[in-house]
Amino acid sequence: MEEVIIGLEVHVQLNLLKSKLFCQCPTDYHNSEPNTHVCPICLGLPGAMPVINRKAVEAGIAVAMALNAEIQEKTLFYRKNYFYPDLPRGFQISQYDFPLAYGGYVTIETDSGEKKVTLKRIHMEEDPGRLTYPGTIDTARYSLIDYNRSGMPLLEIVTEPVISSPKEARSFLNKLRTILEYLGVFDGSLEGAMRVDANISLKGGARAEVKNISSYKGVEKALSFEITRQKNLLKRGIMVEMETRHFDEARGVTISLRTKEEEQDYRYFPEPDLPPMEPRSLIPDVKDTIPELPDAKRRRFMEEYGISDYFAKVLTSEIRMADYFEKVAKVIDPGLAATWIADILKGELNYRDMEFSEVFEAEKLIQVLKLLAVKKITEKGAVKVIRVMLDEGGDPLKIVRRLDLMVMDLSEVERLCDEVIEENSQAVSDYISGRKEALNYLVGQVMKKSRGKADPGETNRILIRKLKEREKDSS
Amino acid sequence: MFNPISVSEVRERYSQGESCYDVISEFLEKIKDSRLNTFISISENEALAMAEKIDKGKLSGRLKGIPVSIKDAISTRGIRTTCGSKILENYVPPFDAHVIERIKAEGGIIIGKTNMDEFCMGTTTETSYFGPSKNPWDESRVPGGSSGGSAASIAEGSSVLSLGSDTGGSVRCPAAFCGVVGIKPTYGLVSRYGLIPYANSLEQIGPIASNVKDAALLLEIIAGKDYRDSTSVEKTFEFKLMDVSKVRIGIIREMIEKVDEKVQKETWRAINKLEELGMNYEEVSLPMMDYTLAAYYILAMSEASSNLSRYDGVRYGYHIEKEMNWNTYFSKVRAEGFGDEVKRRILLGTYALSAGYYGKYYLKALRVRNLIIQAFNKLFERYDVLLAPTMPTLPFRIGEIQDPLSMYLMDINTVPVNLAGLPAVSVPAGLNNGLPVGLQIIGKPFDENMILNVALKVEEEVWKR
Amino acid sequence: MITDEQIRHVAKLARIELKDDEVAVFREHFEKILDYFGMLDSVEENIEPVFHVLDICNVFRDDVPGECLNQEEVMANAPKTEKGYFRGPRIV
Repeated sequence: MEEVIIGLEVHVQLNLLKSKLFCQCPTDYHNSEPNTHVCPICLGLPGAMPVINRKAVEAGIAVAMALNAEIQEKTLFYRKNYFYPDLPRGFQISQYDFPLAYGGYVTIETDSGEKKVTLKRIHMEEDPGRLTYPGTIDTARYSLIDYNRSGMPLLEIVTEPVISSPKEARSFLNKLRTILEYLGVFDGSLEGAMRVDANISLKGGARAEVKNISSYKGVEKALSFEITRQKNLLKRGIMVEMETRHFDEARGVTISLRTKEEEQDYRYFPEPDLPPMEPRSLIPDVKDTIPELPDAKRRRFMEEYGISDYFAKVLTSEIRMADYFEKVAKVIDPGLAATWIADILKGELNYRDMEFSEVFEAEKLIQVLKLLAVKKITEKGAVKVIRVMLDEGGDPLKIVRRLDLMVMDLSEVERLCDEVIEENSQAVSDYISGRKEALNYLVGQVMKKSRGKADPGETNRILIRKLKEREKDSS
Repeated sequence: MFNPISVSEVRERYSQGESCYDVISEFLEKIKDSRLNTFISISENEALAMAEKIDKGKLSGRLKGIPVSIKDAISTRGIRTTCGSKILENYVPPFDAHVIERIKAEGGIIIGKTNMDEFCMGTTTETSYFGPSKNPWDESRVPGGSSGGSAASIAEGSSVLSLGSDTGGSVRCPAAFCGVVGIKPTYGLVSRYGLIPYANSLEQIGPIASNVKDAALLLEIIAGKDYRDSTSVEKTFEFKLMDVSKVRIGIIREMIEKVDEKVQKETWRAINKLEELGMNYEEVSLPMMDYTLAAYYILAMSEASSNLSRYDGVRYGYHIEKEMNWNTYFSKVRAEGFGDEVKRRILLGTYALSAGYYGKYYLKALRVRNLIIQAFNKLFERYDVLLAPTMPTLPFRIGEIQDPLSMYLMDINTVPVNLAGLPAVSVPAGLNNGLPVGLQIIGKPFDENMILNVALKVEEEVWKR
Repeated sequence: MITDEQIRHVAKLARIELKDDEVAVFREHFEKILDYFGMLDSVEENIEPVFHVLDICNVFRDDVPGECLNQEEVMANAPKTEKGYFRGPRIV
């Protein structure tokens, strides 16, 4: 089998900052009218000048530190010159020589154990605007441009070509997202939060760059498509060309954009309007703001809560889930909390294609688990409440009441058991004569009479006790 | 006609009881009657509205009621700002440049936008889309550039103060050619926010006025830190009279030797006069001088090629009605919207930055920049100011210089100052054949007060004899 | 020597359409001006380039959102607009 070599350039939008990278326009443009979050600076009006958002640099430093990269003594912004209608100045302010950081790595889990995905560099740059078309890109007579996104702070994180499968690429991105969300600078659920360009080659072949992969799922799809394409070419004895390709997410294919001869000439030079930065001098300020990161948290969860490695891993894979768990585990047995969050709640979310950010408050789960712990509701009932809360929202106690999920009072169960024993003499005698499976039938009858509200365990226990009494009486 | 008006003359009229409305109206009439093509736009309504406010006592400040003209490269909210180009013919900025805010806050009245070389690229105003301005001393001659409209307006008395911008001499050159005072401040003293960029790393906005004190007043107002320009620094400027008799003067030999004889003669006449007043000078050498013009043009063109990429006919500016592919559209808009000199500089700058040439041109120019800074530093260990003629020739005739390189060579004495980020002033120092000669006084960084005091001496003892 | 092809390449990079006669004129100017620039070849490589003439660094602003232009101001200078968007040229 051919060896696959993948390197990724990940563009991460620091979308939790309050203002853009070089101007004071707010970053909350998602779901806004077009061209309402712009000013002379991000619109590229002549004479308007960029000023660096300190928080963006600090966020970059925090990310670099969390990814174990080496922050540089001196860093500079450059102009990357190219034309495109979404680029308001005809150049993008980015970095080139003297990036923010070199090196670093991200630890991921693969089928063959842990792997360090090593990084080349991390740099800062601004986002261009957004192009749309009436109809499709190839048939539209004109384009429509919204510059709300223009000037959003981005980090470009470039890996070494060390990723060897689409699956690895996916788990690298998941881990990266986890870390970035831990740092509080990034919300991966927002549109356009993470965009990826991938360099893919088969051993001995030329490298193709696939641009514009804009979803987590898209990455695996785009890479798999591209690998198959290259393999097919090689099979037919055709050389893979060095080229730039565009990922068409809707069709799941990559299309050639330009070949090497047409490569862009970006004419980089230092941005004269922005003095250099010495990011190492900011490290002391940033250091204290870096929270406990996923791997450390995972170890702590195992020690502190005595939960399994598997649960600790799932729970720490998202900062929101980890925080959620810790809230619940304060009140509820951690083992129970871990199972219900990492297994059941997470499973229900996945089934609904929902993000953890959309889940109900931890207090509500605590209420449900408390009811469960004192056997006021059944496990089945608890799952039902969770489902309803995810689908419709609402208060857990009210849902329990509305759906009549409260487990039946024991005296009532006793009464029903007596009734069932009276009404099913055949089954009773079957049981007494040794056909123990008859018990299941009797339990079923009690459940039916209680309309599922009797606790099956309790019912079981009571029936056995009562049948034993009968046995004694009859003998 | 050379007929400049000083700030104190206008103030005198106000103290005689004349209304601001009348005074400003008179200046507006003067602009309209001018034969020198000094203005691209007149902001009549805005100016008269402001004058009325002043008459009602609603505005005051150090520039109260003073008519100020602004080079059309500086953004003015609600007033068309063309930068001398067809591509911005109808562009109206939604914001004021920092310097405009300062002038308005001091009660200054912006009466119009002055003519200039397209995107500041020129030494004569001949590259303006709106036609060349004319020299008030001789209408067949150029007023200098690129801030030629500003200097000519001051010289003809159609405004009292003006702002130009100086990337490689664009304030000092027209000041010299029109017989007025022009200051190029230290890089970082004045915020560039709102100045349409030609070459960001080299340029500063600078005052032009009929005399040194007026120019100093305007500099006091526009100088100072502005957080919107990251290259502006925590410095202010205040003009204080000082005794300049002990000032150590260096005369830059390379800047005199190679210039026109008439200019040499007037320069030496001025220097000798200073000597008669008891000031001492020495001739000094600026060894890197020969390289500076090439380095300057490489940097300016490179930065310009990038700065001017934003003019693509999508968000503002000249456009073409027909729908076409973006590549073709951009290329046609830019071909039709830019003049030849602008295209030439964009193309040369693009070439200098393109793959394989960055080290040969751009980086090399930055190395020269280092050398020229070191050379100046060395001279400033021994001298307080350096003197030289501002321009290598007298004002020449409109259309006289056609070859681009010959035109570039006109900037030979002014560009070293921009490369080193130093302050300099051009002050009129003599007349030859009825044409003015400007003397350039160069100082240490942020030592504007020193050069302006020396300039004042020249003005009082040499120019006004 | 500068060729017409080089001029055309640079013009393409700069998105400026040139007519054939313009190419010839610019080539002539290029040769003369680049020849003049060539004097820098003799400048030593061991001298540090000066990227910024001022000796300042770490010039920042705080992460505080401010005023935007209103949509009308944004569109005021635009040649063509549609429903709050700038209407731009075709992409393909």
